[in-house]
Amino acid sequence: MEPRQPAPAVAPSQRSEGEVLDAIERRRRRPHVKLMDKQITLAHGAGGKSSHTLTQTVFLKELRNPLLEPLGDSALLQPNGGGGPRLAFSTDSFVVKPLFFPGGDIGELAVNGTINDLAMAGGRPLALSAAFILEEGLATDDLSRIAASMGAAAERAGVPVATGDTKVVERGKADGLYISTAGVASVNRGFELSPAAIRAGDRVLVSGTIGDHGMAIMIARGELELEVDLESDTAPLHELVAALLDATGEVRCLRDPTRGGVATVLNELALTTEVGIVLDEAALPVRPEVSGACEILGIDPLYVANEGKLVAVVAPHASDAALAALRSHPLGREAAVVAEVRPDPPGMVLLDTAFGGSRVVDMLAGDPLPRIC
Amino acid sequence: MRFVDEFRSGDVARQIAERIAGLVEPGRHYKVMEVCGGHTHAIYKHGVEDLLPPEIELVHGPGCPVCVIPMGRQDDAIAIAERPEVIFTTFGDMVRVPASHGSLLDAKARGADVRMVYSPLDALKIARENPDRQVVFFAIGFETTTPSTALTLLRARAEGIRNFSLFANHVTIIPAIRAILDSPDLRLDGFIGPGHVSTVIGLRPYRFIARDYDKPVAVSGFEPLDVLQGVYMVMRQLASGRNEVENQYTRVVREEGNPRALRAIAETMELRTSFEWRGLGFISQSALKLRDEFADWDAEVRYELPGVRVADPKACQCGEVLKGVIKPWECKVFGTACTPDRPIGTCMVSSEGACAAYYNYGRFARRRGREAEIAGLEPVVREPASA
Ligand code: SF4
Repeated sequence: MEPRQPAPAVAPSQRSEGEVLDAIERRRRRPHVKLMDKQITLAHGAGGKSSHTLTQTVFLKELRNPLLEPLGDSALLQPNGGGGPRLAFSTDSFVVKPLFFPGGDIGELAVNGTINDLAMAGGRPLALSAAFILEEGLATDDLSRIAASMGAAAERAGVPVATGDTKVVERGKADGLYISTAGVASVNRGFELSPAAIRAGDRVLVSGTIGDHGMAIMIARGELELEVDLESDTAPLHELVAALLDATGEVRCLRDPTRGGVATVLNELALTTEVGIVLDEAALPVRPEVSGACEILGIDPLYVANEGKLVAVVAPHASDAALAALRSHPLGREAAVVAEVRPDPPGMVLLDTAFGGSRVVDMLAGDPLPRIC
Repeated sequence: MRFVDEFRSGDVARQIAERIAGLVEPGRHYKVMEVCGGHTHAIYKHGVEDLLPPEIELVHGPGCPVCVIPMGRQDDAIAIAERPEVIFTTFGDMVRVPASHGSLLDAKARGADVRMVYSPLDALKIARENPDRQVVFFAIGFETTTPSTALTLLRARAEGIRNFSLFANHVTIIPAIRAILDSPDLRLDGFIGPGHVSTVIGLRPYRFIARDYDKPVAVSGFEPLDVLQGVYMVMRQLASGRNEVENQYTRVVREEGNPRALRAIAETMELRTSFEWRGLGFISQSALKLRDEFADWDAEVRYELPGVRVADPKACQCGEVLKGVIKPWECKVFGTACTPDRPIGTCMVSSEGACAAYYNYGRFARRRGREAEIAGLEPVVREPASA
């Protein structure tokens, strides 16, 4: 016999579970109109929900125009009013701490980062700019080392740093130095890469192990007392992209899963195109060092930054060719098909766990992760 | 570091799930409480509920260290953090907990020197490196984290580090479990006992649950297979009418716990007569404070604190959630006014909080399970019923 259950002290909500969940989904997909925070916190820079809201409610609101609106990795310009190749245009700033880390430094990161933003539009990068904000007291030796590594990165990628600027601020006003780079690329492929092209049935590929950069930086900061050999994956991706696009004309869209990681990129795609994306946990390439460190820190590698990986959405029948093309390039050896696009649930990313269950993979909520790029 | 994989095998999980299903008495509904937030997190993160028969309901318990800190203590923490001479060190989760006037993260944006650390020893290191500043560590947690606080304190004394102090908010799990068992709101069939806490306190403290309240307990580890196995052990006891304290987590938990850790705690801390828990109110002898010999390292002695008891926001039903009386989604503000990016209550902040775990991981899987249950179908991915 079932003992009678007394009523809880506070009457619970009258809505059913399904109604509550529907309301959340509607709310989640509504564009943000107002920034509720009174001041900027580190969460606004973490790449998750707060960053997203800030972009929507402040920058897009005040600067709105058709070029900015898609909020892609770069904007597409059509010079001379049509015909001829288009230009991809992008910018990125780098505030990483420490300045030097296993696998790279802030200079190399600044060059590769902007090249990758341009590459995601399918462009051939033409030139970069670099602006430096230097802190009084910065060792000139360090600055020379960073400049040299930028030069080497630019040369390796075949993309010159064509223009620049330098400012110096008082001691304590910058962490050594900050670098901001911008770049242009010419785009002359016959097809457009755009989230709007994504269809149910499409496959999602990543070009290699995820979370390497973010975890390498967190370990290099030395605050965790973890002894793990891990290098940043910073690399220019435009040649990998070219190999992929040469192999198949049915790439829908490319993304650069930097800050916020693969999960954030997939959430943005799911939200803008109203599709569901279902990840297969067992298929995700993650280095054991990264998954081990993530486990200890309670972080999910899906949210950890990459600086030399891409996410590609491709038509179902092109997925084998795309995978083969990525794997045949040195930067894509560990590429894998990790997810499938489904009609339902629209706007959501789910994960089938290796354990046999499933869960939601949402955008990161305000975790103040350290500065990693 | 591949060790985790063997505790996440889908094949083994299916076998245990079948055995669990075989123990279900037709027509009976089971409520099993996982006491610890670490379990809640693992359950949602790995979709453990997807493997359980619909007759078994997991009820989330009070063992989330961030969740149980009352608003007034958070206000006190911010008051300390805002002193100009102080470097305030804390675990990451605590910085987002809302207090009367914003969170520690807001205080940091206003200029307070708030730093996130991974252990109290990191805080002590910061104290060593900044001899002209006062470094305060926001010590929270159950018996899991108390020993490392105690050892840090002993180290600080041994090294004579004077610019370091602790704001102690350590709580003990047993009084909270007793409060839940005594609460008239809830009928539970059994408990998944906290694994990490038990490595310290051992198994004996749980015996009263089996003896006085006739409920089975299975102390379990934190991998999803551990949790599933824990459910199996509770179900097996229920099926054979036993009420015992069983140990699923034998690879780590000893009957007697960890005497060295217990000694360190006893040497540095003593029970408070009473302590306020968020949503649960004052529970006697449920928290620890520093002993008088350590007054020099006690932030509560060193600093003038507001020490005001602040009522939870009206809309907040964290107490009901922490006791397992309501499900997260039954809170009126769940997912609307209270979300992980703008939390009202603590359960929405910590990754171990039931509301955050449900919101972040569980939303869709739960619906899918419900719909399948209603339709009597195998779970399938389906469009939400009303769009
Ligand atoms: S939804 Fe928010 S306010 Fe309601 S119980 Fe959960 S954390 Fe507390």
